[in-house]
Amino acid sequence: MLEIKNLHVSVGDREILKGLTLTVNDGEVAAIMGPNGTGKSTLSYVIAGREGYEVTQGEVLLDGEDILELEPHERAAKGIFLAFQYPVEIPGVATMTFLKAAMNAQRRSRGEDELQTPDFMKRVKEAAAKLGISQEMLRRPLNSGFSGGEKKRMDILQMALLQPKFGILDETDSGLDIDALRVVSEGVNALRSPERAFLVITHYQRLLDYIKPDSVHVMAQGVIQRSGGPELALELEERGYQEYLGEEAA
Amino acid sequence: MIKLATETDAVWSSFFEEMKGKGASGLRQAAWEAFNTKGLPNRRVEAWHYTDLKAALAKPAPIAAVSSAAPELPRAHDSLRLVTLDGVFRPDISDLSALPEGVKVQSLRDALAQGAPGVMALIASADVQTNDAIVSLNAALMQDGVVLRIAGGLTLDRPIELATFVSSDEAQSSFTRSLVILGKDARATIIETAGALAAAPAQDNQALVVRLASGASLDLVTHASGQGEGLVRVMTLLAHLDEGASFNSHALIEGAGLLRRQIFARLDGERVKVSLNGATLARGRQHVDTTLVVDHALPDGESRERFRNILDEQGTGVFQGKIVVRPHAQKTDGVMQSKAVLLSDHATMNNKPELEIFADDVQCGHGATCGRLDKDQLFYLMARGLPRPEAESLLIEGFANEAFEGLENEALRGFLVSRISQWLAARS
Repeated sequence: MLEIKNLHVSVGDREILKGLTLTVNDGEVAAIMGPNGTGKSTLSYVIAGREGYEVTQGEVLLDGEDILELEPHERAAKGIFLAFQYPVEIPGVATMTFLKAAMNAQRRSRGEDELQTPDFMKRVKEAAAKLGISQEMLRRPLNSGFSGGEKKRMDILQMALLQPKFGILDETDSGLDIDALRVVSEGVNALRSPERAFLVITHYQRLLDYIKPDSVHVMAQGVIQRSGGPELALELEERGYQEYLGEEAA
Repeated sequence: MIKLATETDAVWSSFFEEMKGKGASGLRQAAWEAFNTKGLPNRRVEAWHYTDLKAALAKPAPIAAVSSAAPELPRAHDSLRLVTLDGVFRPDISDLSALPEGVKVQSLRDALAQGAPGVMALIASADVQTNDAIVSLNAALMQDGVVLRIAGGLTLDRPIELATFVSSDEAQSSFTRSLVILGKDARATIIETAGALAAAPAQDNQALVVRLASGASLDLVTHASGQGEGLVRVMTLLAHLDEGASFNSHALIEGAGLLRRQIFARLDGERVKVSLNGATLARGRQHVDTTLVVDHALPDGESRERFRNILDEQGTGVFQGKIVVRPHAQKTDGVMQSKAVLLSDHATMNNKPELEIFADDVQCGHGATCGRLDKDQLFYLMARGLPRPEAESLLIEGFANEAFEGLENEALRGFLVSRISQWLAARS
């Protein structure tokens, strides 16, 4: 599904990713864990195509195709979805207008017909109900005045509607209470399928109690330091990241 | 100091000679003297610092000739329309016969000829209170306009549109003045349309006087658009608001040449509510100026001002807003906000909010921002699949639409929003 090969990324003069290599297979949920400031969010932004990150070396392949030259919307149309650590508020843009524009933009770039309003409404209602998103929330401007948990649920709603191939969850657990964490995790779990893969980025083991990963990767100092199964997350929870920090910690 | 008469002064004098016999000679004479004392505003006049009208009107165009042509006028609303064309009210192309009972319409010319004291006082009121040279010029040279009276207690179920068009292919000046008078507890929606049918460098000076009796409620929806780089248009709105009145104004100003909209709102009674909102769009070398003064004269007033400026290419925007709270106006609650988004490196915004507070128990605030489209918002939308132009348009629309959130008439809000979409679709 997704192959990252020897990825080097700089912001300004500073190299953040220093030769990161990672493969996520079809149907796999891969967790990336690591200390703060180690480049986890950078990785998610580079995959999604945000401006301001310079890829100096390496490749990111989605189903064998290098996506690094593509614009963010083109990557989205190919099935990349980033659930943001901090979903932005967009006052003045109605949530429903945005949802419809996003769904139809992706359909257009894939050469599919646009959704008709009744079909669109039905899909939104069903998906929103599962995530406990009220009609009132849908009537507000996008994420405006939403709590942290509401914003995360809105992001998962978008993921459910857009049905991506590859979902990246960037610290989705941050700022969530236990109830919201459960709702959001159930939303993600419902989307797990053999044709879809996820990259779950988190600092804590807690999220992985709800979204059970197939593989766990420790990221520090801009590279994957170690890979293993779900048991690795528990070990990290117990022993911390100290041993992966090398000279930076000294 | 001796004031040297210039060629331009001579042209204005000839205009005054042409108009001074056409009713209200005392008012015209006083206004003419006031105008002559001040002269056309240039950048040294503080209220006109960002808009050099003296330069823009260096060559005054002749006053529009009275014409009986009846061109096809674009109709954008389900409204009862009263048309002023090239400075003259045109009953023949207006919807007079459909006006409901309790609504009276008279041409300004007839009102001036009759000289009824109450109406004359209102016609003159703009000049007494604003001390603005361009309003004085308007009074000295006013050709025509509409005097619209809505009886007390009446609720209009269909908007009335005051549509002012300039149509000539030649450079012409027009000076119009209209009045909207709502009786006690009357409720109405008025659409103010300012358009241009040709791209000639018209010089258009409009004044609209609004008078709300106690408890009256008016929604004013203004839409200005035009053609051609040479258009110079000043639209002055003067609102007198009595006790318990409610005045909501929403304006979409599409740039064309140079446009200044100035609002002088005076809260003459207690518990008045005023909400002034607008979005302006400017591109090319267009210049759009919104200048307003909200004058809280009596207690318990509430005013809200919300303006959005969208500037592309070499467009220039100006927002000057002043909230005055006089000593008696305790418990005044005022919030003024102006935001601008610059879509190009060459666009300019001048933001100048001011508070003048002479009472001690008030809540007033203002905020002004100016910036680019938010990169985080843009990336968020693009990451969801929207191509950049579409993502930008959605953000700009959202930004502009905030100015119209308080407009209850859905058809009119939809119209304003659709105009913004059309403007965006034409972005190069």
